[in-house]
Amino acid sequence: MFGGYRVRAGIGRYSYTVDPGLYAIGRPTDESEVLVTANYKLSFDALRRELSGVDAWILVLDTRGINVWCAAGKGTFGTDELVARIASSELARVVSHKRLILPQLGAVGVAGHLVSKRSGFHVVWGPVRAADLPAFLVAGRKADAEMRRVRFPLKDRLVLAPVELLSGLKLTLLVMAALVVLGGVGPAGFSIASLADRWPLAVASALLALLSGALFTPAALPRLEWRMFSAKGAEIGVLVALVVMTSLSFGTGSPVSRGDLASAVVLIVTGSSFFAMNYTGTSTYTSVHGARNEISASIWWQVGGLVLALLLRIVGGWY
Amino acid sequence: MSMRYLEKLVTLELDVEKCTGCGRCTQVCPHAVFELVDGLATLRDRGACMECGACQRNCAFGAITVDSGVGCAAALLDAMFRRKQDATCGPTGGCC
Repeated sequence: MFGGYRVRAGIGRYSYTVDPGLYAIGRPTDESEVLVTANYKLSFDALRRELSGVDAWILVLDTRGINVWCAAGKGTFGTDELVARIASSELARVVSHKRLILPQLGAVGVAGHLVSKRSGFHVVWGPVRAADLPAFLVAGRKADAEMRRVRFPLKDRLVLAPVELLSGLKLTLLVMAALVVLGGVGPAGFSIASLADRWPLAVASALLALLSGALFTPAALPRLEWRMFSAKGAEIGVLVALVVMTSLSFGTGSPVSRGDLASAVVLIVTGSSFFAMNYTGTSTYTSVHGARNEISASIWWQVGGLVLALLLRIVGGWY
Repeated sequence: MSMRYLEKLVTLELDVEKCTGCGRCTQVCPHAVFELVDGLATLRDRGACMECGACQRNCAFGAITVDSGVGCAAALLDAMFRRKQDATCGPTGGCC
């Protein structure tokens, strides 16, 4: 179970590969189907698991340990690699038919008609999900409309959340360190006592910004009205910031200065916006022109918010 | 409030004149953008397009054009600030 998270996080990713080539599952004959996949171990294992009880050949392409969709986007799960792998595995001598079943998402990198022209093998587009393969095969290699749709249910959104949490961690720790250090600045110049007194809010706000953008926003994704992820993230950030403000009772009797609290609020909202924007890549429905537009509409607000949060942190030493 | 993105910015175009009605686009599109009507492809839901480019790559007749790429802000930012040639996912430091 944790292997899945580890490999998604990129830790030891390259040991999570399968050697490219032809594999047999069950007891395939020369008439059995040939299913093509990537040499990412999670893809390969999912395929094997879903096909238990089926006799088939699996042709594993060299995608450098990357999953089908991402590899297809890069072109490693592509026409050239497929044609070369058909030849090197001597597939034409193993099966008597000329049919390959490819995962639908591989179509980003593989041109079916060119594969036919160059290898003689005909590409049949399988379902998006390996779990639908048994039904696809039973139906005579036909996928229904639902099998062809990419969805993004809560479970998928959360399974992939640690990827974004981890890639945002470095920036979070950097900003956190800056805020903690600025906590030492005050009327007395730089004082360790002031830093020691003010660090908890800095640590909490940096972590909350990350959680808000990379975990809470993905979880609530379809419930947030905005189209831009940066706006969705800012919306959740405002909610989180409100909770922080109420729990720290803004004003007299507050355990933190007004400047520090304002800094935390600005940081949570803009940081959440930024990390949510980066989640576009993890999502399954954003376009490149949309993402570019979103960046130009949001990035300077986000940078400005960060600068403002740092300035307010200095102000927090006085007020 | 379903998951839909910035629909007006989609660059997908279909030239029906070149379409032969083979239906490949309806098979490879992950968001059911295409539909065969009277034996020819139509844009059933253009706004759902994520510009992955699968349809263009698999249209043997050149009827589909889309300026495709990754809809990933992190990769695009990386490309902008490190002045890389183009934005793609990983394998170094990326998510996928």
